[in-house]
Amino acid sequence: MSADQSKAIPRPTPETRPFWDGAAAGELRIQRCVACARHYFYPRPVCPHCGSSDVEWVTASGRATLYSYVISHRPAPGFAGDGPYAIAVVELEEGVRMMTNIVHTEITPENLALDMPLRVVFEPRGDVHVPLFEPAGEAS
Amino acid sequence: MTAVIIGAAETDEVGRLPEHSAFRLHLEGARNALADAGLTKDDVDGVATVGTPGPVQVAHALGVTPAWLDGTSVGGTSFLFHVRHAMAAIEAGLCHTVLVTHGESGRSRVGAPPRAFGPDSLLGQFELPYGTMGPATTFTVTALRYMKETGLTHEQLASVAVAQRRWSSRNPRAAMRDLVTVDDVLASRLVAYPFHLLECCLVTDGGGALVVTSRERAEALGTRKPPVYVLGAGESAESPIISQMEDFTTSRSFRLSSQAAFAEAKITHGDVDHLMIYDAFAHVPIYGLEDMGFVGRGEAGAFIAEGHTSPGGRLPMNTNGGGLSYTHTGMYGMFAMQESIRQLRGEAAAQVPGVEVGVVLGNGGMFMSAATLALANRLP
Ligand SMILES: [Zn+2]
Repeated sequence: MSADQSKAIPRPTPETRPFWDGAAAGELRIQRCVACARHYFYPRPVCPHCGSSDVEWVTASGRATLYSYVISHRPAPGFAGDGPYAIAVVELEEGVRMMTNIVHTEITPENLALDMPLRVVFEPRGDVHVPLFEPAGEAS
Repeated sequence: MTAVIIGAAETDEVGRLPEHSAFRLHLEGARNALADAGLTKDDVDGVATVGTPGPVQVAHALGVTPAWLDGTSVGGTSFLFHVRHAMAAIEAGLCHTVLVTHGESGRSRVGAPPRAFGPDSLLGQFELPYGTMGPATTFTVTALRYMKETGLTHEQLASVAVAQRRWSSRNPRAAMRDLVTVDDVLASRLVAYPFHLLECCLVTDGGGALVVTSRERAEALGTRKPPVYVLGAGESAESPIISQMEDFTTSRSFRLSSQAAFAEAKITHGDVDHLMIYDAFAHVPIYGLEDMGFVGRGEAGAFIAEGHTSPGGRLPMNTNGGGLSYTHTGMYGMFAMQESIRQLRGEAAAQVPGVEVGVVLGNGGMFMSAATLALANRLP
């Protein structure tokens, strides 16, 4: 596979390293402010809610709901073999949102209802693992 | 004190210009705006433009010795920010006459900056791994949530493109001039569901510039064209990545920048004769109409579909055809301002009768930043 055919591989920075280390370990790690007890995303050293630097890493449940999405018909490098794919924003049980792809279901508007339950899965990508989400079904 | 726009012009042509570098488009816009104002480069002591090529290179190439520079680069609305910053600088006595320039080889990519984001950037870590391909796959991601919350239909979303084609059909410079129906829009190919090709902006080459000065200097110089007064302005920003926009159904920076502009201008919605809302994609004018307060929540789709922003409607909007049908170089804000100024001067291709007050809402990035200008051809 040539470089232009592979999906983009994120490169961690010191601030985001715990997130990517968590993904490699099969855990979705996000930050939580000790001072105001709220979670936030993307990784950064200061709580955006209260300004405190007293923040910690926690492991999220991995449960989420589908907040919004598009179905891309113009594949990015590495995505051509996937057919139309869902670029989604999901809302974690902890209240924060992140962009992801929806996988393990046929990507159609009928199959992707907003607010449907999802759970995280991890896809190896180069030397990191990328968090993706799949339908959780009624059992979740 | 009121700032006055005394010169405004676009490049000779917009569209596909493979013989023009982005830098040349800046200089052509500047030349045309200075000629429009009846000034020379020696009358200018301030230069503002986005980071690439930046105000130093533009000032140097024009032979301007600047006493003030602004390189604010916050997306396609940056040029509205520059006007607001120029107002403040002129009022503070930092400079007296500011040139704001735009030039972009968005289609031909001649002398254009690279679009790359590193794999360790915010986008490189939290967007690009999911196969995003620029604005068509990120700016658009809010729309389904808006549709679910408000009941906006696919047909109403398509009607934004229909309405703007009614305007561009009257504008010989517009790239797309054939009238279209809702069915035509919905039959165009899907780019990123729910967005079809005709609901996405063009990608073109072009540029333009403005000359901003004080009311006192405008009167002393004697303007060639009717002066356009900047009655009020506002700016704000939200998230650098779309996933962190706090509510996918409303833009905080649209709300805050327009509230500030309306308050400073001391105008109400009923005073506004003409409106420009940056339309990179069909949902953006819908958010803009609601977030600026022209209609209530969830009402903008029907408002546009019923023709109220179309020719003959009570709130003419995006009368050049907008980014969907006129031109969209990538940073469209300059063109939204140019059309507002043409309407206020009475020289637009699709002129609306009796325009005295116009409002321009500029968007930057993917609901990342916004600025609003309230303009008028008379003082209150
Ligand atoms: Zn906090």
